[in-house]
Amino acid sequence: MTDNMNIDPSFLRGLTQARMSRRDLLKAAGAGAGVMGLEAFLAACGAGGSGTGGASPQSSSQISADVAKIYAGQPNGSFVFGQWPLYIDKTKNAQGQIVHPSLDIFTKKTGIKVDYQESIQDNGSFFGQVQPQLQAGQSIGYDIIVVTNGEFLTKYVTLGYLWPLDPSKRPNFDKNAAPWVASPTYDPGNVYTMAWQSGITGIGWDPVQVAKLRPSNPKITSTMDLFDPAFKGKVGMFGESSDFPNTGLLAAGVSPETSTEADWQKAADLLAKQKSDGIVRQYYEQNYINALSNGDIAVCQAWSGDIFQTNLSGDSQGLQFLVPPEGALIWTDNMCIPKNAQNPVDAMTYMDYVYQPDVQAMIEEWVNYICPVPSAQAIVEADAATASGGTATYLNDVAKSPLVFPSQADVDKLHSYRVLTADEQVTWNNLFQPIYQG
Amino acid sequence: MTGGSVPTVDEIVKAGTPVPDRRRKPRLTKRAAPYGLAFPAMFWLGFFFLIPIIWMFVVSLNSGTLETGFRFSWNWANYTNGLTIFKTQYLRALLYAGVGTFGALVIAYPIAYWIAFYGGKRKSTYLFLILLPFFVSFIIRTIQWQFILADNGIVLGTLKSLHLLPQSFHILSTQWAVMGGLMYNFLPFTALPLYVALERIEPSLLEAGKDLYANKVTTFLKVVWPLSLPGVFAAFLLTFIPMMGDFVNAELLGGPSNRMIGNIIVTQFQNTYYPQMSALSFVLMAGLLIAAVLYAKFLGTEDVFEAAGRG
Amino acid sequence: MSKGAAREHVASQKWTRFILPVYYWLVVAYLCSPIVVMIAFGFNNVPGRVNAKWYGLTLNWYRDLFSSPGLTRALLTTLLLATMATVISTVIGAFLGLAMGRHRFVGAALVGFVMFLAISSPEIVDGSSQLVWYVRLSKVSIGPIHPFALGFPTILWSHVMFCIAFVAITVRARVAGLDGSLEEAAQDLFATPVKTFTKVTLPLIMPGVMAGALLAFALSIDDFVISSFVRGHTVTFPIWVYGSAKVGIPPQVNVMGTLLFVGGLSAAAVSAVLPKFSQWRAGKRLERERLERATAAAAG
Repeated sequence: MTDNMNIDPSFLRGLTQARMSRRDLLKAAGAGAGVMGLEAFLAACGAGGSGTGGASPQSSSQISADVAKIYAGQPNGSFVFGQWPLYIDKTKNAQGQIVHPSLDIFTKKTGIKVDYQESIQDNGSFFGQVQPQLQAGQSIGYDIIVVTNGEFLTKYVTLGYLWPLDPSKRPNFDKNAAPWVASPTYDPGNVYTMAWQSGITGIGWDPVQVAKLRPSNPKITSTMDLFDPAFKGKVGMFGESSDFPNTGLLAAGVSPETSTEADWQKAADLLAKQKSDGIVRQYYEQNYINALSNGDIAVCQAWSGDIFQTNLSGDSQGLQFLVPPEGALIWTDNMCIPKNAQNPVDAMTYMDYVYQPDVQAMIEEWVNYICPVPSAQAIVEADAATASGGTATYLNDVAKSPLVFPSQADVDKLHSYRVLTADEQVTWNNLFQPIYQG
Repeated sequence: MTGGSVPTVDEIVKAGTPVPDRRRKPRLTKRAAPYGLAFPAMFWLGFFFLIPIIWMFVVSLNSGTLETGFRFSWNWANYTNGLTIFKTQYLRALLYAGVGTFGALVIAYPIAYWIAFYGGKRKSTYLFLILLPFFVSFIIRTIQWQFILADNGIVLGTLKSLHLLPQSFHILSTQWAVMGGLMYNFLPFTALPLYVALERIEPSLLEAGKDLYANKVTTFLKVVWPLSLPGVFAAFLLTFIPMMGDFVNAELLGGPSNRMIGNIIVTQFQNTYYPQMSALSFVLMAGLLIAAVLYAKFLGTEDVFEAAGRG
Repeated sequence: MSKGAAREHVASQKWTRFILPVYYWLVVAYLCSPIVVMIAFGFNNVPGRVNAKWYGLTLNWYRDLFSSPGLTRALLTTLLLATMATVISTVIGAFLGLAMGRHRFVGAALVGFVMFLAISSPEIVDGSSQLVWYVRLSKVSIGPIHPFALGFPTILWSHVMFCIAFVAITVRARVAGLDGSLEEAAQDLFATPVKTFTKVTLPLIMPGVMAGALLAFALSIDDFVISSFVRGHTVTFPIWVYGSAKVGIPPQVNVMGTLLFVGGLSAAAVSAVLPKFSQWRAGKRLERERLERATAAAAG
């Protein structure tokens, strides 16, 4: 099992040994003619990036060779699952402990224990936390992490921080995966990722507040409502580099996937004006739902599953979710295996297990995001039929919701994030970050 | 002993009475003691505090990104870019920290004064009560303020339902919430040095003032205040400097236009833009050091670091 | 007393008897208000995740305190970290405080300056510089262990670092207040330096050392900024709470905050009362011995 797949081994040796040969220094410094002394030494001791080599794509033969090595052994009997909060079925057992039935059933069936940690709050900050260890070739203590497609998934892949998955170990995935998660544009052939759930970024709103603030038109029907001065100081936007700028592009009437740099500038101007006009109260991450619930904001960008769950959890104000006619964004949270994970075989076993329709149904009845296994819909309907009262209504809602089991036509109408190269990412960030981080 | 003179040490030693001979210089072990005692701390602070700051300066002159690799290249552009692009956030941090420190000083001084001069036997209890809230995690305290100051929460909600405030009024997501949070969170750093300085003032000096027919106000202005200046200075430094670098208050209590330089540094960290992050951070450090030295010169307080350290 | 002086006396009495004390208690109330809210909402019978309205009294959260494994893990990590950091930094810091308070030596001013820097340096500068330093050292290994891999060890090193200066200052204040005659007396009685230290110096400075240790423990438990930079993906209690603020803070956090608060309060109370208690006991013992000797003398 090699420790480093993108970095020249001799370079790595050079960095780890106390003395450095001139050749190693030159290589690291990327200088043509070598300069010994403090400067070259410091150049070689750069802040922690991957030297000059940086990232390089692997050939498919290299990948298959790695796969054979990584998944050669037997399952170890446990693995560590790093996940976002509120993303799996959950209940309390007799002792008042929080448990996850789908995980318990998995453990019973396969004997593999799951250490489930809801430690991911945000793609950016999680990447920042684990990056140094991954850079140094160390295990980060997780066997599965969940990363949204976008800037950071691209970084993980480009920098070689993920192990490829074993295509031979996922029969359920091959049989049951929805078309939009099988070989997606951000990971053709599912070399590194298998979707956990997908979701839609649309608009969430509180009917009571909206009616109060804009009695003439008390319904939210368009992306442009986010820019309406009637809601001045009561609008929430996402403060990150995917949903926020891409929605700006949609508001400017441009399709994100094919947008140009000029389009980005147009979108940035629109969003900057929204901020300077005082329309935005705050830029949120996951916490927009609290702000919407307690009335800090009336309209905001929102994720499809959250509104469902908030309305369920007792504080029901009838929050609404809109898929805007200008277009909404579809994103996917993906399971990946970080480099040097301790239990890759166990992880692979679980990742494929989750693609059985009955398991997905279990998760979906709690999570309400876009299910990656369409055939789970029938199971949820069957559960609705055998249930009664409120549960039956709820399960019916879930089974029939285009936000949980969309048709292909529904999905085709949704837009994906603009895929960016590293350089484009810098331009993009420089345009949009100052707006939400000003 | 003979009836007359007092015996000299030499005589005593010769006489055989066992008295430790203090004429010789203290033993080597005694002279080495302070160095030995101080060494572990100095090593730890050196390796885990000073050297990282120096290394950060080196990294701040790197260029490149994570993907392309970082290289040392005397990249002063990190500084010029950082200062130009994020000038607003630096100035904002100065403003918020300035107002926050001033507010904290105004709030803390009367308390420190009262405890120092009128606390009597219960001085330490009164002091302790001020420090009491800080036994709870600062994150929890700030989050509770988020809750208390919520738009329709216990304070604003009540005032709004009594129609004392307009419905659209909000404190959170404004600069006032951030400044208030800063003032709240750093109050003990202000109160303690003030108390220490005030407590040191000899009561006899106050009495001397009274003997010279000074009233309370004059006594305060001419005696107490000047003597407490080292404490005020220490309080200012120990409050203003941490406030400048804070990002939690701005993050939890402020709005999108209230970001301080601390928030930007955190973002750069998350972006893994290490050189840029280091440059911004080092500017903060250097600027504050210079300000501290200048302020000390202006106040004429000599052993300033002694005084501040004592605080 | 002239009328003017009497008027002024009454005026000053108004300040010192009334205005200043009232002001003091108002400020204490302001300082404690979030604590009161925190404690109160630990009893709130809230159904969902948003602990924002009052729903009624309950002790559920005290009963189900450890039902969230992530939170429990974070709390245990923080407590372990704080204990280890306190032990290490108290020893190192007390030595430094002793050196600074007792001895004049070359470089004392420099040491004082470094201590001042350590205390007043913004945490974000500390955190970011230590992060890039640990990243640089990440390949260093002692056998199979990487002591600078971002995680529990690096948080520990950084916590010890900022605690040392605070402990040193506390101990120095205590040491500076002692006069050296007791130690000189011990040396007159031919005590070795080690014996002098353990039997005389240490008990004398112990209140300062304990205060410093308590301060170090509180600082370590509370630390957020430096921890968030150097933690890798280890989660401490403040980090966990900060993260959960986005999704809704479970009432267990209020309960844990309450318990930590009560714990800290008790520790401080004990450390304040303990010297008085041991003095009282010593006094009682002395009395008893005196009585015995008197009775023996009377009998004999």
